[in-house]
Amino acid sequence: MDRDTDIGGLQHRFPVTSHSAIVAARSDDQQVRQRAFSAIVASYWKPAYKYIRFKWQASNEDAKDLTQGFFAAAIEKNYFAGYDSAKASFQTFLRTCLDRFVANQKKAEQRKKRGGGADLFSLDFSSAEDELALYGPTSADSPADYFRKEWVRSLFTLAIGTLSQQYDDSGRSVYFKLFELYDLRDDEMEPKVSYASLANQFGLDTTSVTNYLAAARRDFRKVVLEKLHELTATEEEFRTEARALLGVEISEIPLR
Amino acid sequence: MRSLSDKKIEQLRSIAANPDFSSTKYRIVKELARGGMGTVYLAEDPELSRQIAIKVLSTPEANSEIGRRMVREAQIIARLEHSGIVPVHDVGVLPDGRVFYAMRLVRGERLDEYAARAGSVKDRLRKFQAACDAVAFAHAHGVIHRDLKPQNIMIGSFGEVLVLDWGVAKILPPHRVSEASEAETLMLPARKQGANDSQSISEDTTHGTIMGTPGYMSPEQARGEVEQLNQCSDVYSLGAILYFLLTNESPKPTKGHATPDRQFEPTPRPRELNAKISKAAEAICMKAMAPSNLDRYTSAAELSTDIARLVDAEPVSAYRENAFEKTGRWLGKNRYLILLVLAYLLMRFFFIFSARG
Repeated sequence: MDRDTDIGGLQHRFPVTSHSAIVAARSDDQQVRQRAFSAIVASYWKPAYKYIRFKWQASNEDAKDLTQGFFAAAIEKNYFAGYDSAKASFQTFLRTCLDRFVANQKKAEQRKKRGGGADLFSLDFSSAEDELALYGPTSADSPADYFRKEWVRSLFTLAIGTLSQQYDDSGRSVYFKLFELYDLRDDEMEPKVSYASLANQFGLDTTSVTNYLAAARRDFRKVVLEKLHELTATEEEFRTEARALLGVEISEIPLR
Repeated sequence: MRSLSDKKIEQLRSIAANPDFSSTKYRIVKELARGGMGTVYLAEDPELSRQIAIKVLSTPEANSEIGRRMVREAQIIARLEHSGIVPVHDVGVLPDGRVFYAMRLVRGERLDEYAARAGSVKDRLRKFQAACDAVAFAHAHGVIHRDLKPQNIMIGSFGEVLVLDWGVAKILPPHRVSEASEAETLMLPARKQGANDSQSISEDTTHGTIMGTPGYMSPEQARGEVEQLNQCSDVYSLGAILYFLLTNESPKPTKGHATPDRQFEPTPRPRELNAKISKAAEAICMKAMAPSNLDRYTSAAELSTDIARLVDAEPVSAYRENAFEKTGRWLGKNRYLILLVLAYLLMRFFFIFSARG
């Protein structure tokens, strides 16, 4: 058993193969840094965009520019190199950087000066707007709570995408299909499905459906933890986030 | 991919957080409670068509100290067959490495919730006595609980009293079990070849380890004197529970490693908080909570006997009454009989005088 890459239990541990993008963002290697920024942007752009819309009451056009501008500036000025895990979680650090950036931008009214439209990333803002319309902040949400909530939504969405990709790559797309139909189904819009009906639909027996679904859920958990691992800077932060997000204690095995 | 609703995120979080029971016969229904050591789930046993409770360790390491401790907790409870101790049906390790055990689902409320909601002093004392009896049974089998507190005692829907959470329980070596006990001392299988049970226990709890809850743990437990712990340590905790039931306040933590001198405050006597508490009840409480374990009741059974006598308005061993108090107690105990006799005498006088008139 390779204890360097395993977390979890004795038999089916959750191998964490990802490396911390937060750590890699400080690398001297341009390519490593680029990959790390991509991972950070992928999981944080939507929460950042929605947060700007909510906290700063920015129009969607302004929020788009500010989101693009923030991540462009983060890369250009290497914001993330200044992160100190002893002071706060990366999520809090990024939110603070974002606040500072937006405040400065608003003050200097530099949006026009920046030229607008010179987008560095290809981000699907319309999906973020749709989500904002459907699952916008409630009156009970503080900006920080809302940012975290949206970060969890982003994390789970990315994890589902990765899970689908992994099953496709390994020729086990039926696992994801079952997971999608049973666990990702919209309870309010779609009729409830049973294990028996799924077995019938896919030409399996009920036991296989049970086993495939259990495997998919296990793998989903694994991917979520991998993503979380990627987006935290230290073991301590990873453990704290895993506990807060899933209520699980990660064993004391070195993960990186 | 379509957007995930808040409800769906919660469901997915639950899917990712809930243990994978696919290798067992159980199906998780929902989370019931979360503690420092693990989480308790409501689950279904489809074979027997019944609901059960399953405790799952948070740490996915069956071979860690905490994992071993949980297996031992299950083994300890499984062997303590008593109506006041929740029966364990099954123990195992999940595919992700987390230890679990399945037990009877207890519907009801915790003793502190019960005390806050209702209960005359007499009712509370009866529940407390039932808890003492369950602990006495464990003591008779050489097991001490070490974390007795109101939150670890459940009052079931039918008034039954159950002592829960044996996670830090200790099995005493045979020579330290009360000689008065006629029951067989509980022996668990040794974990290692050639290791006897008391050795195994000493691995779990070495000197200086503090386990328990401040306010409810005995002074020797607060000082981390693991080798000094015996039935009398549980007697102290029971005394602290009695203190809570009489005063509605938890006792102050005792002096020890967990409570440095500067934070230490002596616990006021129960009658200082509530003058209605009887002197006998206070004496029982203070005897059970005596700082030295030599001054306490020697067993939970002895404490239970004194509580039974208190409930029945009989003299208790912890308090010597004067003649006035004895008379007062006798009058209180027999008040209905006395009223009946007085009523009879009054009627006799009435008939005698009316006949003469």
